Amino acid sequence: MKYLLRRAAFYLVTAWAAITLNFFIPRMLPGDPVKALLNQYHGQLSSDATHSLYVLFGLDKQAGLWQQYLEYWGNILHGDFGLSFSFFPTPVSEVISQSLPWTLGLVGLSTVISFVLGTLAGVYAGWRRGSWLDGMLPVSTFFSAVPYFWIALIAIAVFAEGAQLFPASGGWDPALIPSFDGAFIGSVVSHGILPALTIVVSSVAGWILGMRNMMVTVSSEDYVTVAHAKGLKERTVMFGYAARNAVLPNVSNFALSLGFIVSGTLVTEMVFSYPGIGYVLWKAVGSKDYPLMQGVFLIITLSVLVANMIADVVYTMLDPRIRREA
Amino acid sequence: MNDPVLHIDSLSVDYGYDDNAVHALRDVSLTLHAGEVLGLAGESGCGKSTLAYAATRLLPPPGVITGGEVTFTSTRDDRSLNLLRASDSELRASRWDDTAIVFQGAMNSLNPVYRVGRQLTDMIATHRPKTSRARSRARAVELMDMVGISPDRLDDYPHQLSGGMRQRVMIAMALALEPQVVIMDEPTTALDVVMQRQIVEQIMELRARAGFSVIFITHDMSLLVELADRIAIMYAGRIVEDAPARDIYSAPRHPYTEGLLSSFPPLHGPRRKLGGIPGSPPDLQALPSGCAFAPRCPVAFDACGHERPDLTATVFGDDEPRRRVACLHHRRPLEDLPAHLRRQ
Amino acid sequence: MVTTTVETTPAPARRASSRLLFLKNRKTQVGLAILGFFVLLALVGDLLAPYDPGHTGPDVLRPPSGAHLLGTTNTGQDVLSQLLVGTRGVLVVGLLAGLLATVLSVIVGVTAGFLGGVGDELLSLLANIFLVIPALPLIIIVAGQLPDAGGITVALVISLTGWAWCSRVVRAQTLSLRRRDFVEAARANGESLPRLVFFEILPNLTAVITTSFIGTVIFAILSEITLAFIGVTSISDWNWGTILFFAQNNQALDQGAWWWFVPAGLCIAAVGTALTLINFGIDEFVNPRLRTTGRDAKLLRAKRIRARVGFTPVYRGTDGREGS
Repeated sequence: MKYLLRRAAFYLVTAWAAITLNFFIPRMLPGDPVKALLNQYHGQLSSDATHSLYVLFGLDKQAGLWQQYLEYWGNILHGDFGLSFSFFPTPVSEVISQSLPWTLGLVGLSTVISFVLGTLAGVYAGWRRGSWLDGMLPVSTFFSAVPYFWIALIAIAVFAEGAQLFPASGGWDPALIPSFDGAFIGSVVSHGILPALTIVVSSVAGWILGMRNMMVTVSSEDYVTVAHAKGLKERTVMFGYAARNAVLPNVSNFALSLGFIVSGTLVTEMVFSYPGIGYVLWKAVGSKDYPLMQGVFLIITLSVLVANMIADVVYTMLDPRIRREA
Repeated sequence: MNDPVLHIDSLSVDYGYDDNAVHALRDVSLTLHAGEVLGLAGESGCGKSTLAYAATRLLPPPGVITGGEVTFTSTRDDRSLNLLRASDSELRASRWDDTAIVFQGAMNSLNPVYRVGRQLTDMIATHRPKTSRARSRARAVELMDMVGISPDRLDDYPHQLSGGMRQRVMIAMALALEPQVVIMDEPTTALDVVMQRQIVEQIMELRARAGFSVIFITHDMSLLVELADRIAIMYAGRIVEDAPARDIYSAPRHPYTEGLLSSFPPLHGPRRKLGGIPGSPPDLQALPSGCAFAPRCPVAFDACGHERPDLTATVFGDDEPRRRVACLHHRRPLEDLPAHLRRQ
Repeated sequence: MVTTTVETTPAPARRASSRLLFLKNRKTQVGLAILGFFVLLALVGDLLAPYDPGHTGPDVLRPPSGAHLLGTTNTGQDVLSQLLVGTRGVLVVGLLAGLLATVLSVIVGVTAGFLGGVGDELLSLLANIFLVIPALPLIIIVAGQLPDAGGITVALVISLTGWAWCSRVVRAQTLSLRRRDFVEAARANGESLPRLVFFEILPNLTAVITTSFIGTVIFAILSEITLAFIGVTSISDWNWGTILFFAQNNQALDQGAWWWFVPAGLCIAAVGTALTLINFGIDEFVNPRLRTTGRDAKLLRAKRIRARVGFTPVYRGTDGREGS
């Protein structure tokens, strides 16, 4: 219990740090890009909107830094991230809430599939050393050395343009109206397969390797020999004694690497024009939509923190030594 | 003498698969008889643990068995199993049921993520699949009682137990299926003297009750004083002396045994100068030709440098039918045998 | 008590002979060879390039031919030349970022591992914060708001966001080393703290630091390529990412101009794979259990021995094999 409380405290501190970082970044960088854009939109903004943008970007020279900080926090807690420049006058929070579910679906699903597949493959590869699975390792390593987006490009070239199996872009068929019917869901699925495949192919190698190495290490632990000496079935020893212990570092690595995974999937969205957060971020960078950029960054960071917390809870359930740590 | 229950014949074991492999065991032959306690003693690295694990085929890579036979003969029915030629499933069925091992109870011998109760009984489900859960649980409680641990600890995880308790759990675990042979690998090494005493007494008591045969591996000869019926001394991967315990203590026939015995002071009796054996055990990769002990032996002669002694009868021949020794002194006439090796 | 020989744990500094063993590993050799090739290209790439990479010409979107070995872009630029010239940018930024990040992480990691207590907690907190915050979005935000993000800036930003991973590993290793006997012995001898750190601790961290460094370089290269691809960094410096940026923005995919984007990706993959192979080599060198797997695999296959935990194989040589 104490372990979880410590972790929760850590996440709160990290969240605070991320939000504060977000506050400082535009103020630390040279130049004044926001001013110019604000001037451009000047007549179309309400005074409230203008004010919140000022707070967001530190343009209010009258207020002291501390006061700006407090107002910034006030806005954040109200979900006010300002107005998007490129989707003007839609508030940033609305843009984000429309695209976040797509990313959660795609990234969430692909990451879990990749982790599960990779870990299972790693269990077998580490258990039966010298098998064909070991030969698979260089191949998957090669794939993990390539940027996500390049695999995405190849996937599009081969499967979408070449073989015409899957659509090349988008989240669903633009001709359909979004609703919960079979046609729409089917279209969502078929549009999601290539991006998901890209993510899985690129990231699976890391899990296979990590699990395999841990299996090799754990297999030579005494308790595995004891399990064999007891005459237990091979499956029981492999999973119950070896894998169950070997998976622990992988779970904590999973949590830590969520940041990296999210980064990679963002780029995949960009290539596939998949309507998620990554795509939105790309558009925002392209059109220098600073409020949107910062809102997206904040949401991504907070989501990663939440995912980390979930991973920590899972780890606690798996390792009794942590659970009972008094 | 009772029937042999575990017979090891000319077992040879290498570490490594290429030409540079270390010959950890060379032609080791040993027999465990029903109901006896056989002590296996020697310095660290002499191969005693290797022998036990190779015989049960539990030696980890890069260990490989290069020769010999190991036969288990049941005393309860007509079964007999050649452990080196058995299939995986035959071996698995025999493991723990016929022959169980008490591993050193250091932190690593118990699975850290399973509760103690589960580890005490998971082999019951495998070997006696028809056992009900209630019966398994009852057996677990029985086992804990046997070794003197409160049954509430069944729901604990290994890291919550003390070192002494873990060792006792290992003992209880080994006895779960009432095996015929129990191999104990240095079960008291990691414990303090007081704990050692308790464990040894516990083992003696359990054995008296259940009657299983024991191979007790240790580097501590003083433990074997009360415990063992026979003792086999190992040096550099071979057995150098094999005799009833009483005889080994009162009348050692091998210079190494004599050296070992004079290395620890008796609590009673006249004070004498502490002996010991000069030098250190040989590097198994660079064994001297001839007798491996010759460089350190106080009574070595020329032949010892190039002829390797086999394990044979002592120079007293049929007068000591149950003794074997691997020393060239016993090939020579009785008069030439050094005094300290021919006590009666 | 019986005189038992006390096993002394040898002082763990690496000896010359074992360093050679590291080099004998096939994976390492392949990795170093590939990396060496690209380093060479980085040094002499612009001399080898047949054309100026920015030079436009009349032959637009031509597939590979004699005149243009890797074809041309939609403005007639030679893809091969772009690739060759871009190598230096990629490697320089990658290595620089890797170096900066590793230095930072070693300082933080060793200090945290050595100090213990509150200092350790604070530094670990710092590292964990940077670790959890997703790097790429942060880099995008920062680089996107900078007026002109050139190579050095990018390297700096990448190293400031990517140092945390290594510092954790370094800290863990330092912690375990600190408790080892030889450190206690050195302390008892009155060895001063700086000497202790430099001469006792750091040499034993070599493997960990090298692996982390290589990992960070991979991360840096992938990050900078990605940044270039998105268009966040300056497009006036040539690197493989900018090639892909132009390819993407000019619908290379739709027009089937595979020669425009495939080679760049392959190069990235080659460098990444080379670095990973070197890391494998180090891993196998450090963890002997992994090592024997590879080296003995051939022998085992030849003798048809299955080396398994829990079932010691029986190999009787030429007079028949049984059991496994």
